[in-house]
Amino acid sequence: MAKALDQVTQTKKPIGWDGKTLKQMRQEMTEISRETGHYAGLTSLPLKESDPIRFEKIFSKLRGGVVHARETAKKVAASPIVEQEGELCFSLYSPEADSIVTSTGIIIHVGTMGAAIKFMIENDYEENPGIADKDIFCNNDNHVGNVHTCDVHTLVPIFWEDEIVGWVGGVTHVIDTGAAAPGSMPMGPVQRYDDGYQVTCRKIGQNDTLSKDWLLESTRSVRAVKYWTLDEKTRVAGCHMIRDLVLDVIKEEGVDTYKQFIREIIEDGRRGFVNQVKTMLIPGKYRQVSFSDVQFKGLDLPKFAQTDTIMHSPSEITVHKDAKLEIDFEGASRWGWHPFNATPVSMTSGIWVMLSQTLVPNDRINDGAYYASKFGTPLGSWLNPDDIRSAHSNTWHALVAAWSPLWRGLSRAYYGRGYLEEVNAGNAHTSNWLMGGGIDQYGSLSALNSFETAACGVGASAVQDGISHTAALWNPEGDMGDMEIWELLEPLVYMGREILPGSGGAGKYRGGNGWQSLRLGWGAKEWTMFVAGAGVMATDCGLMGGYPASAGYRFTANHTNIKERIEKRLPLPLGGDTDPDHPQYEENMEAEVIYRDRQTCSTQEEFGDYDLIMNYLRGGPGFGDPIERKPKDVETDLNERYILPRYAEKVFGCVFTEENGVYAVDVKATEERRKQIRKERLKRSKPAKQWLKEEKQNILNKKASKQVQNMFAESFALSEKFTNEFKEFWNLPEDWMIYEEDLNMPKLGRHINRFKTGVK
Amino acid sequence: MAKYDKKMIGELIDGNLEFYQLKNMMSSHKDKERFEIYLSVLQDRVPWDDPILLPIGEHLYIVQKESGDRIVKCDCGHEFCDYKDNWKLHANIFVRDTEEKMNEVYPKLMSPDPEWQVLREYYCPGCASQLEVEAVTPWYPVLKDFDPDIDTFYNEWLQIPLPGKA
Repeated sequence: MAKALDQVTQTKKPIGWDGKTLKQMRQEMTEISRETGHYAGLTSLPLKESDPIRFEKIFSKLRGGVVHARETAKKVAASPIVEQEGELCFSLYSPEADSIVTSTGIIIHVGTMGAAIKFMIENDYEENPGIADKDIFCNNDNHVGNVHTCDVHTLVPIFWEDEIVGWVGGVTHVIDTGAAAPGSMPMGPVQRYDDGYQVTCRKIGQNDTLSKDWLLESTRSVRAVKYWTLDEKTRVAGCHMIRDLVLDVIKEEGVDTYKQFIREIIEDGRRGFVNQVKTMLIPGKYRQVSFSDVQFKGLDLPKFAQTDTIMHSPSEITVHKDAKLEIDFEGASRWGWHPFNATPVSMTSGIWVMLSQTLVPNDRINDGAYYASKFGTPLGSWLNPDDIRSAHSNTWHALVAAWSPLWRGLSRAYYGRGYLEEVNAGNAHTSNWLMGGGIDQYGSLSALNSFETAACGVGASAVQDGISHTAALWNPEGDMGDMEIWELLEPLVYMGREILPGSGGAGKYRGGNGWQSLRLGWGAKEWTMFVAGAGVMATDCGLMGGYPASAGYRFTANHTNIKERIEKRLPLPLGGDTDPDHPQYEENMEAEVIYRDRQTCSTQEEFGDYDLIMNYLRGGPGFGDPIERKPKDVETDLNERYILPRYAEKVFGCVFTEENGVYAVDVKATEERRKQIRKERLKRSKPAKQWLKEEKQNILNKKASKQVQNMFAESFALSEKFTNEFKEFWNLPEDWMIYEEDLNMPKLGRHINRFKTGVK
Repeated sequence: MAKYDKKMIGELIDGNLEFYQLKNMMSSHKDKERFEIYLSVLQDRVPWDDPILLPIGEHLYIVQKESGDRIVKCDCGHEFCDYKDNWKLHANIFVRDTEEKMNEVYPKLMSPDPEWQVLREYYCPGCASQLEVEAVTPWYPVLKDFDPDIDTFYNEWLQIPLPGKA
């Protein structure tokens, strides 16, 4: 006769402090922090206050050690994404999964790895499968709170005697996770089950040894096995270095001091964040919005996913009187059948990546800041799907677009206070993502995900231009990588890398420019490629008169005559596509198929030797009125090919001459031209209130494209507040409304609907 | 903590500082006095006497009128509206909603598609400065970018008197 479960379950001794389970510790920490407004209820910091030097020494040892572990461990990796671009990060946590110190790198994962540990605590892992010294866990499950499937976490508990004293987590962005298409952020997944190999907080090793079944299963589930394997060794090595570091600190300082320290450093982080808000910002409300296009109509996907939609990301920042920071995304549109959905943890953790580059640019980034803030992520929206089927493999598509306006909002405060050096008009949409896979030039099953994207243009500031081709919002250490290294990994030869003139938004200070690489297929046996980026929409505004960065487009040519042209020593397509109004590539080749259009998301297509594909990395938005740009700076732009000559006149109002390719701006004539432009502006514009009446008529007549109407219908169905504000702004009749049902859109997955369920 | 004089803040405003100077500014703890120095530089430059309460954008200020009203004013002297109202609704607007209008700013493939997104340019009716550009879908309500809590900022955060209080 079978025994009842409670007869066979052995009650284990709790691993938490003072005989508590981890779950009890987590609950108590949440409650006391909420009730007191101080992390762990610490209204004073006795260790820091009594012995500040010792406190700082412990911090420095831990912080330095965590950074050192990252720098050392990344040399284990073979993937250029990790080794060259630095797409990895390590973080040290308290037993309850609150972050204490973190390394440099992709620090969005301070939150996502914390979410994974909290998931284990919440799901009683302490009881089953058990949490023991020298265990190794793995997680990359998007719905646990990961950003996207390719960010793989290694999580290791740290024990002192029989008690858990913390956790260390390491993450790398792997090249492939065995998704419906190759590459780490593929186009093709529209459901969770297409996103690839997902591991839900699984124990993958004991006694510091990875299990054989794990090694076999995981390496059979992904395409780029050697990179996967070395990435895992990187993560384990870094975690073990940090575990040794913590144990050394405990040996030196004593376990009680260590326990006190980890509480105080988080409360210190919370206080530091509040202080920064008061130092840098202005109390009040800041509103902004961005959009990401989902051009899926006609793509090779399930019918219900083949629609054009818009991801709507409105945000309101409230800086409260007590310096608490609140960010609310009320009004965001629905999640959808595309790989661009996000989870609340990825959204909020990512905001810390952004804040650590502006509001809190120091090394005290830990969960203290989290305790000083509040976020609103509406259920059912793209940043909080109410369905486990949602796909997330390319979450960054909309995340970057949603964060960038927040920086613009904060910049209004910096501008108001005179901290002009901190102003940033926003960030590039970090795309294109060039991806593909198949049998590579070495005869191995492999995949590629070019991380040239880590070097897009930066937004302009209020005192200088944005830096060109240099950074990505998600990795402050961005680097485009060496062409020679990418060519080693990828069966694609470089035909050029070149700045794309005018890709940064125009302004008194212009956004940093983006750039383009042109790649020629070479050596793969069986290979497919695709593109993934923003196309028909600019994903951010400019700031205070500056223009948004340019939108995207694609260029791909299949079955070209380039082989023949090489043999005949004829000119070839080289460099960037510097003026798409006057394309040059096509003049130096012929091809059976050429895609030159705004369709910047595509699914896999066969890609052979002598085929061409362009990788266009976007620019940043501009700041201030372009006709106030110093004429000398426009002259430099012309001579260094940062802008196209016709826009120097049309947008910047500069009159110039050109001789032998050298440009000179005529300052006097420019002054006159700019006066003329001001007159033309007044002539072509109209009072906003007059325009409002005309636009209202468009709304009453429901005159807008289907994707625009659908975006509003989705936001209306999720948010009464957004609906009311919209109708109030346009002064619309009571009975005016747009319903999703009237737009003949696929119904699958549209659960929350306040018109049907009464959800407010 | 670094301290900067009026001359240096003036050079900052004019965009004349070298990168190493900006880098030092960014790497240092913020100077608490900056706001008052900044305000005083800006006040010296505008051709009118209304005390500036808060700069809110290039050319735009919230100023204190003798009546006690707080209004949004351009440095050219054009007065928009009460600061609680949205100055954009009192500006001139030009909407780029066709490929042709977009092509005046971007090469064809590099602009937003007007079926998806338009550009709204807001100009000062007085001096025609381009004060803000919105990249939004058609129908999108005009954004009220910033609602500052001026009283809390002065009284509680900075603990300095409000200028020119009637």
